[in-house]
Amino acid sequence: MKIIALLKRVPDTEAKILINPEGTGIKEDGIKFVINPYDEYAVEEALRLKEKTGGDGKVTVVCMGPEESTELIRTALAMGADDAVHVCDAALAKPDAFVSAAVLAKVAKDEGFDIIFCGKQAIDDDMAQVHSIMAEMLDVPQVNVAVAFEIAADRARATIRRRIEGGDERVETSLPAVISCEKGLNEPRYASLPGIMKAKKKEIRRKTLADLGFPGVPGEARSRITRWFPLPKSGGVKMVQADEPRDAAKELVRLLREEAKVI
Amino acid sequence: MANDILVFGEVRGGVLKKMTKELIGAARLLAGAGGGSVDALVIGAGAGAAAEGVRNFGLRKITVADDEPLHSYSTEGYAKVLADVVTRDKPSYVLLGATAMGRDLGPRVAARIDGVMFSDCVDVRVDGGQCVARRPVYSGKVYVELVRAGERPNVITVRPNNMPPAVATGGSTPVVAHSSGVTREMVRALVAGIIPLEGGRPDVTEADVIVSGGRAMKDKANFKMLEELADLLGGAVGASRAAVDSGFAPHPIQVGQTGKIVNPKLYVACGISGAIQHLAGMRTSKVIVAINKDPNAPIFERATYGIVGDLFEVVPLLTEELKKVL
Ligand SMILES: Cc1cc2nc3c(=O)[nH]c(=O)nc-3n(C[C@H](O)[C@H](O)[C@H](O)COP(=O)(O)OP(=O)(O)OC[C@H]3O[C@@H](n4cnc5c(N)ncnc54)[C@H](O)[C@@H]3O)c2cc1C
Ligand SMILES: Nc1ncnc2c1ncn2[C@@H]1O[C@H](COP(=O)(O)O)[C@@H](O)[C@H]1O
Repeated sequence: MKIIALLKRVPDTEAKILINPEGTGIKEDGIKFVINPYDEYAVEEALRLKEKTGGDGKVTVVCMGPEESTELIRTALAMGADDAVHVCDAALAKPDAFVSAAVLAKVAKDEGFDIIFCGKQAIDDDMAQVHSIMAEMLDVPQVNVAVAFEIAADRARATIRRRIEGGDERVETSLPAVISCEKGLNEPRYASLPGIMKAKKKEIRRKTLADLGFPGVPGEARSRITRWFPLPKSGGVKMVQADEPRDAAKELVRLLREEAKVI
Repeated sequence: MANDILVFGEVRGGVLKKMTKELIGAARLLAGAGGGSVDALVIGAGAGAAAEGVRNFGLRKITVADDEPLHSYSTEGYAKVLADVVTRDKPSYVLLGATAMGRDLGPRVAARIDGVMFSDCVDVRVDGGQCVARRPVYSGKVYVELVRAGERPNVITVRPNNMPPAVATGGSTPVVAHSSGVTREMVRALVAGIIPLEGGRPDVTEADVIVSGGRAMKDKANFKMLEELADLLGGAVGASRAAVDSGFAPHPIQVGQTGKIVNPKLYVACGISGAIQHLAGMRTSKVIVAINKDPNAPIFERATYGIVGDLFEVVPLLTEELKKVL
């Protein structure tokens, strides 16, 4: 099977995020970047599917991002992916969701695929939309927020459990399809030492927009950010103190009822 | 400039989501100044009956699509209906809840109508005839405001519990039946069943009250204590990742960056330190109560009320005291 795993470079979850002095984005210096955590599940699920289906199966990592994404792509190759396409073009520094989707869709089409695994959302822009837009552009079904994935014996269909409010939906889909991954789907493996050695020789195909056949950025920006601002400061905590824990509990109940009026 | 708005009324188990009223409230704001009208679209089994619940909200019309192929949710089936209605009525903005269904459907519809997509917004308002949407980015560490560039139809998903719900204004909105033309053959990915979460409590993303436990709970059995408190308040039980990873609680109730984003009126954090990834999931809660034995735990920096103490002592007392007044 031909399996694609999407991978995006994002700030580490621990990173302190500050707005730049121009107010046009975040300060990137000093931030550690990692593979989007949900994309790690995507890579892992792709590898498991290949291991299960065997034969001439192949996992291709597709990443659109700056130069520095290369080391993260190498990590996915060290986990076991076979090769990668890295779309790197200065014109794609701050892409619109539709632009990202168009570029990723073009790569997927050029490479060919039976299935595309991706993250349910990228934890930088938190849009949770690029892959669904891409699925529509590719005219294939999508199943979002997968916590279990099972390929059918004929390899033309799959059953997915996707998380919803108060439970899971069991979705049956034909392939090819786009599947976005949620925590719980699997435990991503670590790259082994031999894996890291092998990854050095694996191919990362670098592509610009021109290489993909785009005369320029595909499409204009459809939205505009007018303002960046930090999280409003919290009003400060009121500590509920009493000599006896019971009195503290009693006072808290009073505050919740009379002051905060939430119960 | 008039903005016509389409509200997607989500039906689950034959019931219209309460969030629909919040969307109608948001839609009125967006339509308001320019004299635009607000329509609703309700899809699925029992959609007609569900739509009755919002017929007295001053909507222009409610389109109902409930033919058989729409009785189970499918992205493609529902996206077709939404896209067809948008093409027919040409609204400027389409509002959906940022729920599992809305977040799946929104981007697909936006792409199909060649529109614009704003996800997971916590506020919308009008400025100069344009919708200005506010949304958290970087897991809520910062926020942005954005507007569409141009005139493409703009799909927006709005998080539950953020916009004030609309109140009924009377009248009786006409209901228009829509024959969707969706067939089984068109739908390549179809929901074949729903596996409910055990417990029967509301989902953390929809609950008004959440009582959460962390690593300090020590054992799965101790979560009973939190369940009792949550049940008393009609709320849900949540957990930190440490509690989930230790096997005390299931992942569907994990709150945080790699769990659920929640926004209840009251969040009670019991034995949770307040790591940045946990805060990412709950910091917009209206009131946060922290119970922790460490006075320097970072959770107190975000809390509204704090008690320094042993949760195994404080939580049962809190439950007892609440029982006296509720
Ligand atoms: C990529 C990534 C994603 C993550 N996603 C999430 C996420 O979605 N959600 C999440 O929660 N975390 C997440 N984390 C983990 C996060 O960093 C913390 O490790 C986790 O939140 C800690 O959980 P905790 O507060 O329960 O445990 P701890 O940090 O160990 O805190 C336990 C607290 O309990 C207090 N305590 C102990 N005994 C008692 C007692 N008897 N009475 C009262 N208080 C007591 C202690 O003082 C302490 O403050 C993520 C981390 C990473 C790297
Ligand atoms: N630039 C990109 N390169 C590769 N994959 C991406 C990119 N942007 C988004 N994706 C994929 O789409 C998912 C959703 O992204 P988003 O809509 O930005 O939250 C991510 O988890 C990735 O798997």
